[in-house]
Order: sequence, then structure tokens, then C-alpha cells
Amino acid sequence: MGTAMTVAVAVSAFAFGILVGSLGASAKLSHSLALNVVADIYTTVVRGIPELLVIYLLFFGGSSVATSIAAAFGYDGRVDLNAFTIGVLAVGLISGAYSTEVIRGAVQSVPFGQIEAARACGMSRWLILRRVLVPQTLRFALPGLGNVWQLTLKDTALVSVTALAELMRVTHLAAGATRQPFLFYGTAAVLYLLLTTISTALFNRAEISANRGVRRA
Amino acid sequence: MNWQLMWDSLPRMLGGLSLTLQLIVGSLALGALVAFGVALLRLSGNRVVETLAAAYVFVFRGTPLLVQIFLVYYGLGQFEFIRESILWPFLREPYWCAILALTLNTGAYTSEVLRGAILSVPQGQVEAARACGMSRALAFRRIVLPVAIRQMLPAYGNEVILMVKATSLASTITLMEVTGIARRMIAQTFAVFELFIVAGAIYLVLNFVATRLIKFAEWRLTPYLRARA
Repeated sequence: MGTAMTVAVAVSAFAFGILVGSLGASAKLSHSLALNVVADIYTTVVRGIPELLVIYLLFFGGSSVATSIAAAFGYDGRVDLNAFTIGVLAVGLISGAYSTEVIRGAVQSVPFGQIEAARACGMSRWLILRRVLVPQTLRFALPGLGNVWQLTLKDTALVSVTALAELMRVTHLAAGATRQPFLFYGTAAVLYLLLTTISTALFNRAEISANRGVRRA
Repeated sequence: MNWQLMWDSLPRMLGGLSLTLQLIVGSLALGALVAFGVALLRLSGNRVVETLAAAYVFVFRGTPLLVQIFLVYYGLGQFEFIRESILWPFLREPYWCAILALTLNTGAYTSEVLRGAILSVPQGQVEAARACGMSRALAFRRIVLPVAIRQMLPAYGNEVILMVKATSLASTITLMEVTGIARRMIAQTFAVFELFIVAGAIYLVLNFVATRLIKFAEWRLTPYLRARA
């Protein structure tokens, strides 16, 4: 059960992180100085402070921010975010900072000549984005995103401090109840290893399928 | 925003800085030793030893640090023979448990970085050293290791930043370092954002100093890349 929750948090946070990462990367690559600075501050700060602090911030402060945002929209009443939402938001924000850098690097490694060529063929900006930029960015970003996924998966363990019943929290309770901590933490370690091993294999397959049209040197 | 509270909390937070620094320096130093040993084992050419070293790296890179810390702190006490061994006075203390877990964790990551760096030393340089009459050990000490250490610095810088952040997990096993103090003060004052900003700023400064130090080391070790004055 705990494992399922861990996977649920990790997958949602990773997806949220890619969304944030795409926005962050486009902000970093845009010509607007303000967007550049905001994205730079976001990645520097989130990557520079401990993950645990980010989770504490959202755990203790998330609900009050949500309440004030809701108040700004004319809803007066307390908004309580549940542990799952907080966990996904916190881990997603962390994962997003790393994804931003990965996606930015991938976008920049698409040769500019291809975009010029696409433009010369008369493609609109959206069409270029959809047919040229995104498919190749995805291919270049896959190894880096694989790393981010592993980080995200392991960061979900930290969400156990918010009492969300994911793998680590369940283990903690079981270890306390049975007085066999080594057994339970050992089992948790094996389960995490299993998750990381399976996802490494999946990412390898994804990479192979993304690279199937590429000529090898 | 309560500026006064932020200012007042600074001395108490900085009180935890000494513990944070001890954890960083202690585990990085011990971790470097572990990494050196493990990297050598992984390149030893002995199948059994290589598999064991690879398994160690696989386990510690594949599990969350929090699991490792809890495994050491809560887990080891379960065994009778550990409680009766001479190591128990150390393993009973959360401080040494944190150091041990952080050391083993960074040791695994750093050994991979070091292994890659050793493998990246051009074979021709080793051959040249051997041709000059150096023994394998001397060639390793004088040629391979210095080149490898210089090579690994950028990747090692990342690892140092990860360790600075990882020390915050020591707060989960009752250690009162910067994050632990921040959490306690948040529970007392409910001033989440103010205290979070102070604690975050301390870590940002630490990471900034760490990256500068690594940059400086890199600069010192690559005199040939500097533009001639």
C-alpha cells in the first residue's frame, strides 16, 4: 500500500515537475529579462536549499498561502491542503527546478539550422514547436529526465514527515510497532531499490525507442 | 513579514551552523576515504571484489538517504551483537549515526565519480610513465591520481552541494542543526516564511562558499588552462 502511494506521489510530482520545468525552461530561454531573472532565482534557490526545508515550508505554510489565494478570489474560509497535495507540490517544485535545467539544455542542443530550415519551409511557430523542437528535445532530455526521476522518487521519502502514508511513513510506523526496525527499513530499502531498478530499465527502453531513427557514429 | 523576528532568529540558527559544518566536513572527509577504497576495489580486476563494491554502490545510490539514516539509527540497535560490541557507544549517538549514514552515502556517489575520472586518464600517459621505469603503484600515485582528481572536480562539486543539503536530514534523528532549529522555531512561533527564509539563506551561503572553494581548487589545479599573462 505504502509503495503504491510512493509511486503515486512520485509520478504526480514528476509530471508536475516536467510542467514546471517546461515553463521554467521557456522562461530561461525567452528574451524577457524579468522572466530570465525569475527563472534563475527559482532554480538557484530550490536547488541550493535542502529538500526537507522546501517540504517543511509547504507543510507548515502551504495551507495559509492557499487560504489567502482563495481569499483573493473572494472565497473566505480556510483552505486545507491535504498531505498528498502538499507532498506532490513540494516534490514537484524541487523536481521542476532540476527539470528546468535539463529541458533548457535539451532545447539548446537542437541545431538552430533545423529551425531555420523549418521556417524556410513555411512552418508556423507552433508547427515548428510541435514537429521539430519538441520531439528532438524529448530525445535529448531523456537521460537527464531519467536522473531527475530517480531524484524525485527518492525525495518522496522525505514526504513521510508530513504524515502522508507513503512507503517510508508506513515503514516508520511498522518499525515502531514491532520493534524490528532493521527488518522494516531493510524491506523499505529493497522496495526502493526495486522501484529504481525497474525505472532505470524503463528509461533505457524509452531511450532506445526515442533514438530508433538516429544513426550511430 | 516580521523582519525583527528574522533578525532575532539568526543567532539561534547560526548556533546550529557548527553542527551542520561538522556533519558536512566529517562525512565528506570520511566519504572521500571510502570512495577511494571502493573505486580501487571496482578497478581491481578481481571479479568477486568488483561485484561486492558494485553492489555497495548500487544499494546506496538506489535508496533514499532517509532510509539509510533510519536504518543506521533505528535499525542497528535491533541486533544484540551490535549492542554488545565496542562500537555501541558510538552507534548509540545520533551524531555518529548521521555521520556514518552520510559517509556511506557520499562514499558510494563519490566512488563512481572517482572511478570515471581514473578511467578517463589517457592510457598513453600511463604507458609513458611505465616506459620511464615507474612501477604501477608509482605511476598511479604520480600520474593517474593527480590527473583523475583534477578531472573529477566539477562532478565532485555537485556531490558537495548534495551533501550540504543532505545534512538537513540529520534533523529527523533529533540532531539540532540548522534545519532542526528552524523546525523547532517554526513550531514555537508559527512564523513559517520568515524562519524558512533565514534557514534557506544559510544553506544558500554554504553552497555558494562550497562552489567557490571547488572553483578555486579547479583553478589551482589547471594552471595550463589559464591565459598567459
